[in-house]
Amino acid sequence: MSHERCAVIGIGQTKYSAKRGDVSMPGLLREAAQKALADAGLGWKDIDAVVIGKAPDMFEGVVQPELFLAGALGAVGKPMMRVHTAGSVGGSTAIVASHLVSSGVHKRVLTVAYEKQSESNAMWALSQRFPFQPPVAAGAGGYFAPIIRAYMRRTDAPDHIGMKVVVKDRTNALKNPLAHIHDPEISIEKVRATPMLWDPIRYGETCPSSDGACAMIFSSDGSEVANPAWVLSTAMRSEPMLFPGRDEVSPRAGRDCATSAYKDAGITPADIDCAEIYVPFSWYEPMWLENLHLFENGWRAVDEGKTELDGELPINMSGGVLSSNPIGASGMIRFAEAARQVRGTAEAHQVDGAKIAMGHAYGGGSQFFSMWIVGKERP
Amino acid sequence: MTTVELVSPFVLEYAYKRSTGPVIGRFLTALRAGRIEGVRTATGRVLCPPVEYDPETGEDIVDFVEVGPEGTVTTWTWVAEPEPGQPLSEPFAYALVKLDGADTAMLHALKCGKDALVTGMRVRAVFAAERSGMITDLAYFQPADLPAPELVPVPAEHPVTRFKAPVHAEYTVAAGATTAEFLRGILRKELNGRRCPSCDKIYIPPRGSCPLCGVRTSEVVPLAQKGTVTTFSIIRIPFEGQVLEPPYAAAHVLLDGADVPLLHIVGDCDVDDVRMGMRVEAVWVEDLQPTLASVRYFRPIDEPDATYESFKEHV
Ligand SMILES: [Zn+2]
Repeated sequence: MSHERCAVIGIGQTKYSAKRGDVSMPGLLREAAQKALADAGLGWKDIDAVVIGKAPDMFEGVVQPELFLAGALGAVGKPMMRVHTAGSVGGSTAIVASHLVSSGVHKRVLTVAYEKQSESNAMWALSQRFPFQPPVAAGAGGYFAPIIRAYMRRTDAPDHIGMKVVVKDRTNALKNPLAHIHDPEISIEKVRATPMLWDPIRYGETCPSSDGACAMIFSSDGSEVANPAWVLSTAMRSEPMLFPGRDEVSPRAGRDCATSAYKDAGITPADIDCAEIYVPFSWYEPMWLENLHLFENGWRAVDEGKTELDGELPINMSGGVLSSNPIGASGMIRFAEAARQVRGTAEAHQVDGAKIAMGHAYGGGSQFFSMWIVGKERP
Repeated sequence: MTTVELVSPFVLEYAYKRSTGPVIGRFLTALRAGRIEGVRTATGRVLCPPVEYDPETGEDIVDFVEVGPEGTVTTWTWVAEPEPGQPLSEPFAYALVKLDGADTAMLHALKCGKDALVTGMRVRAVFAAERSGMITDLAYFQPADLPAPELVPVPAEHPVTRFKAPVHAEYTVAAGATTAEFLRGILRKELNGRRCPSCDKIYIPPRGSCPLCGVRTSEVVPLAQKGTVTTFSIIRIPFEGQVLEPPYAAAHVLLDGADVPLLHIVGDCDVDDVRMGMRVEAVWVEDLQPTLASVRYFRPIDEPDATYESFKEHV
């Protein structure tokens, strides 16, 4: 394992919204990076390297963002790289950046992930009709809906569970001023009344399309601030999209990733005070609760309110992906929000006394998983 | 394994909508008005085209300077045979032009005879008659001693904040030997899988190697044209580029004998009748082509539903 430590000393997020027409793409990232620098009490010159992540290139038509964005991130003359693992990219970008610190290569690293969905159309990008194929591609929802149906059948979950997750997350979002969706009237009935897009996924059970960026600054000794979050462990796993016997509902890569993250942090799932997990469609909360070994029966945990802000294990205190979804940044937001909890800086959506928190992201056809465990105490 | 190549064109195109931000927006707004603006950095250098942030200090840039319209060519390359979409249809040069007042050079088209081209030559910006806040509002540069066409005024509108950035990429996708073999079977209305010699699993569409074992699949296995819907979604959402009219059922169809489901459409029935365990068969189009779309869809057959137990390991 790592020799040096890695501490989160700065966190910056833009407000998430449907369209940030007032800034360019570089300007959007810069806004998050400058907030993170201010949070850490640092300037551009204090940063040794920059690691960025974004959604797949077709999602916004930008290739080689590391060339395009260096000027906006104070990276001129510094090492800069891009990480790329589909929807989990925000998580894996943070992990790669943290390793540059924990390995002793750099003292302070800035990491930023972003997406400007208003400039493009992710649904179009994910629904290409490739040669030799039948026209079955229908966006991320088209891919995940059959898997959600399989989960419902496998566990005999009642229909209202997904809607309950939405109500919980969007109620949490009301306490997070940065969240894209603020809907004070959110209710099961309101979600139920929304149209089915990809049956069994209702419109009300899907994530929004957001513009936004998230940044963090890592340091090897955490001395820059009074309340750093310490990275206790990181883990990534991947698996092919299709093979015989693949459990698409609870992929082995996700289970192994979680096992590895807990083991390396020296904890069990019971030690986690709260978690931010990647839930772009409501049903993925109970599915991941099981996949990540947090609850044996995910939907019952949801049904019994165990994942609410004041529950046994609060999940997605910030409102989650269901309330804000700049795809390339969504994973990093999970990681950053976990760090905010143990730093005690989550303001209105703070979980009292949170000492250990988990951030999680997944991407592709549930093929890439990235996780970290962060703690209040220096390991 | 056959070596005959099977290829298909594939075009990817989309018009992304870029927000300019204040600096590039101001530059484009000036171009629309027939002027060229650069930016001044903290050390006093003037950059044109402008950048949003000072490359030396990383700080915001706030100071704008009008430059040009004349400048000096610092280097160039000759384009003897212009392609569609390039700035000029006649042979031209791409040149780096350092506009008067600027410390950096701008890449643009230079319209002049090849014989006149020389590094250090003086050139002048020529603006397009119709301008909309794009880099192409500056149509090209020409030798400074030629008479410049008069600038056609365009009505001053609100400042430029956005522009369209169309991309168009043409690919030729090669099916590869294993898929080509499968697609030739389709032309004979056959659905042929491939078996892994190590784990015995049968893949359809076939794969050249087994992702579980990492070995080449060897044996071609003709499969039944019947199967079971293991899970599915009803697509009710309309979207850009959609081929089928929603609602339609997109399903995982596990062909009898196969070990992985095929993703396809279930048709010939009410979408609300589609269910897990439903038995279906392939329906072919009349004009068979080497594509899995030659199976128009799978339709229900008069067989009792498969029990969940019989296929649960596949969902
Ligand atoms: Zn095998």
